[in-house]
Amino acid sequence: MTVSTTLLTVDELAPGKYWTRERKGGATLVGLGLVAAVLFGLIAESAEARFTLSDDAQGAALSINGKLGAVVFGAITVAAGAGLLAGVARRWFNVLLGAGVLGFVLSFLCWQVAGSFMPLVDTASGSLDLAVPLILGALCGVLCERTGVVNIGIEGQLLMGAFGAALVGTMTASVWLGVVGAITGSVIIAALLAVLAIRFLVDQVVIGTVLNLLALGVTGFLYERLMQTDAAGFNTPPHMQNLRIPVLADIPVIGPVLFNASPLVYIALILVAVIHFGLGRTRWGLRTRAVGEHPTAADTVGIRVRGTRYLNVLLGGVVAGLGGAFFTLVSTGAFGKNMTSGAGFIALAALIFGGFRPVGALFAALFFGFANKLAIYLSAIGSPVPSQFLNMLPYIATIIAVAGLVGRVRAPAADGKPYVKS
Amino acid sequence: MSTEAPGASAPEAPAKGGPGRDENAAARIVQAIWSANTVTVTVLAIVAALVIGAVLIIISDPDVLATYGYFTARPADALTASWELVSEAYANLFKGAIFDPEASGSAAFRPISETLTYAAPIVFTGLAVTLAFRGGLFNIGAQGQAIMGTILAATAGFLIPLPIGVHLVVALVAGMIGGAFWGFLPGILKARFGAHEVITSIMLNYIAGLFLGWIIMQPGVHDPERTDAISKAVDPSAQLPGLLGGDQRVHLGIVLAGLATWGVSWLLNRSTFGFELRAVGANPDAAKTAGISVTATYTMLMVVSGGLAGLGGATQVLGTSYALSGQVAGNIGFDGLLVALLGRGRPWGVLWAAILFGALRAGGNRMQSYASVSLELVTVLQALIVIFIAAPALVKAIFRLRAARAARLSTSIAKGW
Repeated sequence: MTVSTTLLTVDELAPGKYWTRERKGGATLVGLGLVAAVLFGLIAESAEARFTLSDDAQGAALSINGKLGAVVFGAITVAAGAGLLAGVARRWFNVLLGAGVLGFVLSFLCWQVAGSFMPLVDTASGSLDLAVPLILGALCGVLCERTGVVNIGIEGQLLMGAFGAALVGTMTASVWLGVVGAITGSVIIAALLAVLAIRFLVDQVVIGTVLNLLALGVTGFLYERLMQTDAAGFNTPPHMQNLRIPVLADIPVIGPVLFNASPLVYIALILVAVIHFGLGRTRWGLRTRAVGEHPTAADTVGIRVRGTRYLNVLLGGVVAGLGGAFFTLVSTGAFGKNMTSGAGFIALAALIFGGFRPVGALFAALFFGFANKLAIYLSAIGSPVPSQFLNMLPYIATIIAVAGLVGRVRAPAADGKPYVKS
Repeated sequence: MSTEAPGASAPEAPAKGGPGRDENAAARIVQAIWSANTVTVTVLAIVAALVIGAVLIIISDPDVLATYGYFTARPADALTASWELVSEAYANLFKGAIFDPEASGSAAFRPISETLTYAAPIVFTGLAVTLAFRGGLFNIGAQGQAIMGTILAATAGFLIPLPIGVHLVVALVAGMIGGAFWGFLPGILKARFGAHEVITSIMLNYIAGLFLGWIIMQPGVHDPERTDAISKAVDPSAQLPGLLGGDQRVHLGIVLAGLATWGVSWLLNRSTFGFELRAVGANPDAAKTAGISVTATYTMLMVVSGGLAGLGGATQVLGTSYALSGQVAGNIGFDGLLVALLGRGRPWGVLWAAILFGALRAGGNRMQSYASVSLELVTVLQALIVIFIAAPALVKAIFRLRAARAARLSTSIAKGW
């Protein structure tokens, strides 16, 4: 059984029901599409909405009349939803759902951008920048959860990572030693989680929550004692330079976004591929999944359950540390108290929304990063849509996903259950 | 302390069948204390947390750390400097929390007043989490429920003009309804769709926080005389009256918190609903077989739990801060979670744990201003205490306690997602 087929839903097991997952999704899309086409179409200004390829209002741009765009893309969403309602073959589900959501988003954008412009490169690279810590945090979650350890402490790991990067990076004046510092900070929290959850059998949700507070307290304390009193000595880490890949970086739009980025962006994307491949195709991955789904069976065939769990939780710490380093070495130039401000929980949301799979988590994280960037953009152009409501999107989407309103997410069977050898 | 936590007042029976059974009475008492009962573990957890806190204080002070550079040459320097630093910090922590020998008159009550002020909202959120624990649910959403409580209590406090007395009751009830609604959502999602309450309520925490950020800026709510994100202040008729008068901050909230503790204790141990929720918490399948509706119990439990957390938020905004701001609820939801773990699932235990946390917080303020040791140390201490409490095996291993009453000490509620 490969990773991608482990997602079973109740609806699939009961084929006789009329309101299948597809039809529910379709009905939702039709509703959203109608809102988009009618409401957005009515209030949208009838002016050009310009999506510029450069960073400013000038230069080449994709443009469309705002009112027309809102109606057309809304109609696309309705069509995709109708297709699902009519019961098109199941293999088109993801394509139609994706098209429907994309149509809705574009319709919304046409309404908002009408009479103004949106720089595509800036939006895309901004979304990616916001998504990188989420991707890495969610990958940390994938490693932990697939091996059967619930990790609520991603937030604390990111925070310790950010702190470690700032502290060590400043003291050694080296970016890469800063990254090592970040990994160390994050692994400390991961190790505490591993020992307390695996060795001392403490409830994993409890210990994750407490470790978040511990990380918040320790970093806040050391920040006030060291970094506030002597910022030059402890809190001016070097900035990680972008790594420009020759030739590829010259492609319009995609080039500057994907091929002129921070090394951590490449690492994050490579890690998604590596973990996806590793989980599905290697001995380590098979063992990890076996331990996460049925530890007793795994133990019977000679897999070391606790050893595997320790390994994966610590590896998760390394990955989350990279995500933490992104905050201080790339996004902002210094550490600030509680600077991750909930990114770890959005990463958790991305992990769950992505169905506990690396690639799913990647797309969820990119989507959440985009929502976040859009909120920043809209409040900058003075949109009537409050940025707070856009920022709620990841959380609402996750609630919908776990409630199974549109296809239920299933966690690994032994997730959160400590293994005691009998 | 006649009203000590039931769990903590358990007789300190010596472990039976231990290898060295002494005849001598004094040795037996020492042995009894050194066996791992809940009081010993709690005290040792606090000691261990303070020791680690002291290490943090020392390593974050460059001057003292420098004396360790020549430790082998003159060890007295390093030890004296460390001792002075740590003892000054912890002495201020104590003076700010319990008693200040230098203060006279009404100022002598200030530390206690501050402690109880900080404790009051945490009692409510702690009770909320405890109640959910006993029903087998982990209410990590107390923070969001408390935020909704502050929003509704405050808006009722400055939007509805009512006579004194009635106004306060209406505002408190509004806060309770806000929290109850925010608790109802994960409850119904769990009962109806089987969505795990931890995931949904984490998400609802953030939704509540963002909603708070939005509603503060709305006309009618936002204070027109201010440019920053703060709402109008609650009318005096809806504020919780002070208990000591003067500038002492302790207010009626702590009395309400005591009543709530008694109420939750009654609800858990004496009411039908309490019996049902304990049955569901112990074994949902067996409860179902016995004819208890598990889904209805889950939903009702989350509503009551949310209502308590909402009251905590209401106490905070009506008793202490009086106006909504981005940080109005502070960290009371998560503090409630720690307090519930420290109180070991017993309402009176929660009350004492909350007072301990309030004391740490009140003392932390003084420690920050007098000994210039950051208040954040208190967060570290609180987290460490709970880690040691949650992993009693760890404390037993560190202090080489005798194994006794181990079953009592386990905090296993693990069910996974």
